[in-house]
Amino acid sequence: MIKTNVLVIGAGPAGLSAAIKASEYGANVALLERDFKPGGQLIKQTHRFFGSKNENAGTRGIDIAAELQKKIENSTNIDIYLESTAQGYYDDDTLLFSQKDKVKKIKADRIIAATGAAEKMLAFPNDDLPGVYAAGAVQTLMNLYGVLPGERVIMIGAGNIGLIVSYQLLQAGVDVVGIVEAAPEIGGYLVHAAKIRRASVPIYTRHTVKNVIGEESVEKVQLIKLDDKWNEISGTEKMIEADTVCLAVGLRPLADILIQAGCEMAYIPQLGGDVPLRNKFMQTSNEKFYVAGDVTGIEEATAAILEGEMAGLAVAKDLGFGGKELEDELKDVDKKLQDLRRGPVGEKIRSGLKMLEEGSHAQRNRYSNTI
Amino acid sequence: MRIKEHPILNFDRKNKLVFQYNGKEVEAFEGETVAAALHAAGIKTLRRSIRYHRPRGLFCAIGNCSSCLMKVNGIPNVKTCITKVEDGMVVEEQTGKGDLSD
Repeated sequence: MIKTNVLVIGAGPAGLSAAIKASEYGANVALLERDFKPGGQLIKQTHRFFGSKNENAGTRGIDIAAELQKKIENSTNIDIYLESTAQGYYDDDTLLFSQKDKVKKIKADRIIAATGAAEKMLAFPNDDLPGVYAAGAVQTLMNLYGVLPGERVIMIGAGNIGLIVSYQLLQAGVDVVGIVEAAPEIGGYLVHAAKIRRASVPIYTRHTVKNVIGEESVEKVQLIKLDDKWNEISGTEKMIEADTVCLAVGLRPLADILIQAGCEMAYIPQLGGDVPLRNKFMQTSNEKFYVAGDVTGIEEATAAILEGEMAGLAVAKDLGFGGKELEDELKDVDKKLQDLRRGPVGEKIRSGLKMLEEGSHAQRNRYSNTI
Repeated sequence: MRIKEHPILNFDRKNKLVFQYNGKEVEAFEGETVAAALHAAGIKTLRRSIRYHRPRGLFCAIGNCSSCLMKVNGIPNVKTCITKVEDGMVVEEQTGKGDLSD
């Protein structure tokens, strides 16, 4: 049995930041990570980040990950467990995790779930054929292992992920033969879209996938135009030769451990799906569980880092560490988070958070299991 | 296919190794996952589905979805997207649920 003050599940931007902050004020931290190394999805992000200069704007994701990793390595009170997956939480406050083929037990005073997100699926005929990938898989193959997913790619989704991964494919020398977007407009930032346009990649707005054709793997993709009520317009089918379909159709919070631990949940579409109820300090309805990052609602890495810091600080305070300095830092992080979510880009998040705060989630709990 | 030149990233490929895929020898580099190494060799079908034996390949690449389950060193249902390839490893396409009888 491992014993610690704080258990952080997930070593992405949120989990790393939470572990760093809690440890800085003296808490002993155990950090679980499913992957071979820490960093989460940041280790695949070759593009420069936007936003405030205080919050890593202009820095590539891979470099932000390296910086956070260094802090973890230099800390004397953080133990990191790699290739380790949380499996279940028990009512004697024990969490079971598997590390490779071994099962281990850990008992912590507080748990911070920073488990991230999973990619959403889009249903169409032959959507299970080899050659249909989630956008994150393409990034993993390409940016982590240097392996190309295919030669001719159709990207589904013109949000930021669709645009960024398309650009990364072009950088790797892959032919992106089109980006398909069901909405009437491109969802991602125009600066990303401009890069794509300059490379002469057609962006088909108001289109969707009608069909994928292939025996052993993707050979052709049939697109169809949508009307303003999202219905297919027959006669507008277009067949495109491609060996790869990349789905960038959104993410959903990966909250299984919270649901299993009996944390109260709410289905909030603006936040990507079922999210844990929590207070400003990222504490859930189970007072031992805190949350941070995409598991609380789909946002981006900068928000995940700030939420991680918030949860790490709040847990340290909860356990009796820190003093005025900690209080000041809590206020500072709260202000940074609010600043980040200002303006039109943060509108969706703000409306989702408002639903949580107003309590209009009462009928939105799809899980009532308690342990 | 492996990327040789990239404007931002360097791929540090050092130790070459050889593993078996359906009885054939496939070359890979240390640090690659089984699924990535198979992809680099142009092999996209990793298993066949339980009911209709449809081809299934890599989908999420981070251990979420179970699309990449294969038989590795005789053990079925191994997530090959999060399993590092090893020299001499025996990898086989899996059909259906897999069994432990042999």
